[in-house]
Amino acid sequence: MSHRRFHHPEHHEPFAFNAASEDQIAWWERKYPSERRASAVIPALWVTQKQNNGWLSEPALRAVADRLGMTYIRVYEIATFYTMFNLEPVGKYHFQVCGTTPCMLRGADKLKDFCERKIGPKGHVSGGGKFSWVEVECLGACVNAPMIQINDYYYEDLSIETLEQLIDDFASGKDPQPGTYVERQTSAPAGPPTSLADEALYDGSKAKPLSVVPNAPKPPEPAQT
Amino acid sequence: MLLDKDRIFTNLYGRHDFRLEAAKQRGAWNSTKELMQFGPEWICDQIKASGLRGRGGAGFPTGLKWTFMPKVVKDRPHYLVVNADESEPGTCKDRDIMRHDPHLLIEGCLIASFAMRASKCYIYLRGEYIRERECLEEAIAEAYKAGLVGKNACGSGFDFDIYCHHGAGAYICGEETALLESLEGKKGQPRLKPPFPANAGLYGCPTTVNNVESIAVAPTILRRGASWFAGFGRPNNTGTKVFCVSGHVERPCNIEEEMSIPLKTLIEEHCGGVRGGWSNLKAIIPGGSSVPMIPKDICDTVLMDFDALRDVKSGLGTAAVIVMDKSTDLVRAIARIAYFYKHESCGQCTPCREGTGWMWRVLERMVKGEAEVSEIDTLLDVASQVEGHTICALGDAAAWPIQGLIRHFRQEIEDRITNYRQGRPHVQGHTLAAE
Repeated sequence: MSHRRFHHPEHHEPFAFNAASEDQIAWWERKYPSERRASAVIPALWVTQKQNNGWLSEPALRAVADRLGMTYIRVYEIATFYTMFNLEPVGKYHFQVCGTTPCMLRGADKLKDFCERKIGPKGHVSGGGKFSWVEVECLGACVNAPMIQINDYYYEDLSIETLEQLIDDFASGKDPQPGTYVERQTSAPAGPPTSLADEALYDGSKAKPLSVVPNAPKPPEPAQT
Repeated sequence: MLLDKDRIFTNLYGRHDFRLEAAKQRGAWNSTKELMQFGPEWICDQIKASGLRGRGGAGFPTGLKWTFMPKVVKDRPHYLVVNADESEPGTCKDRDIMRHDPHLLIEGCLIASFAMRASKCYIYLRGEYIRERECLEEAIAEAYKAGLVGKNACGSGFDFDIYCHHGAGAYICGEETALLESLEGKKGQPRLKPPFPANAGLYGCPTTVNNVESIAVAPTILRRGASWFAGFGRPNNTGTKVFCVSGHVERPCNIEEEMSIPLKTLIEEHCGGVRGGWSNLKAIIPGGSSVPMIPKDICDTVLMDFDALRDVKSGLGTAAVIVMDKSTDLVRAIARIAYFYKHESCGQCTPCREGTGWMWRVLERMVKGEAEVSEIDTLLDVASQVEGHTICALGDAAAWPIQGLIRHFRQEIEDRITNYRQGRPHVQGHTLAAE
């Protein structure tokens, strides 16, 4: 299991929700039965982490606990169990490099080495607070390996060259597009399509109401007179 | 080979818009009310007759699972929970369904919930799928606005609410009871069964947990008929399936194909073949990281379905095919998978919490060759003691890839150990085993 704790909680700054976070947490809360507010804890922590520059401090956890009527220890448990919650400050652009086998087979090791050279050791914030990187477990974009999640979105089919370009772009304040960085459409095979080329699928013929439902139960026999 | 006209996910790659109007053009939400008019039993019977087996890995018959729910709603509401916590290494099919064809999923949720008399449905996405969640939330809002879900959904008289929930990075939450714990706002640690979720699931209420793909195919099965779906694949392994092919192929991709397609055909037709040609193939993990790998000679002929892969001591799992060519260091590939399970163990059961870390450390030494040959048997022994001795299947999933490696490629580990020792007169053995 992963073992994650606060390192220096004594240095944590005070925390209070802003109006936008309040609204979002209230929106999440409405999805669950009123006596089950604790269900909103993971989304609430995520909202909190967004407000708090990408990581969770002890005062932030306490604010979430108070907001949802939970004891602090229950919230602390969640924040240390789920690995998307950062317990240390991260860079403005936080790179999560997938290192699990499908990405490893297609060159994730090179991306990790490059991040280490360009950004610094894992978990270290560099570039005046701009960059940090960690290795994470499978992010579920294996047919677009190797890939990196940068803040919210996936950057796929990367190479050293495209990764270098990405880092440079972020450093110069540009906003590079998420998605694949080779010639292909999302998860489709590169090159000519091997499926879904039939235009009849998209001409609206599939939207015509069914004249008969297959295997519909037979209507009851009319009563004998 | 599946023809385009028989594909269910016609926007798998996002070449077209995912929103309601375009989805309707492709056939989603077509005659949903008419499908519901014959009642829950008819729907369950159709899904049973189609032979659909759960697409999340275990392959349990979906229609049968739906009938486990109580037939009458008493004091506790029924819930449908859709497992979209797709985290099995190699697997990325549900992601494409949610971001490119979300309306098929939402329609499936309505039909499945109606069949199980569930008035509420939660879709539990993995936290990292932020783009996918945005698409799904947008599609749900559209469906509410169009009256397709909500009060009197589709004009059927059935009241139905659907919500999107998300996790925060824990593989174990893909296990159904851990997912329910997480949805209740707790750590994702699996529950003991029984009670099964159909009796006491979310908030102690009757609940069914289904994979995204199992739910999303249901409306099309009803529209086109159970026998149409059952016409693909071999008996007991019917239907179409989204395969994810990653690793050392020329063109990795997701592809919907019929079940029981030969593995070789799948790779050669859709993925441009193995890098360097079929003869350059070393081994394939056919169903996501949890299933044992199979060497090339089995890959030559094996069919991609539940029974055929079980017969070669592997499994279909999530149908995530990870291809490894001759350049692959298999010991290292499996050591990385072992690290994954060590990282993702929830820590509840001792054999898994301690065993996954132990197995990973031994494998890391074997990658270098810094081990005793006898440790291979010790490793097998430990793997078999983790397997089957934990609450959930993560322990099994951690043991199987290692067993698969040793079953087919033991020689490779032994060679590694021998090579490491060459030129080193004094090798200390057994010093690290109990660290």
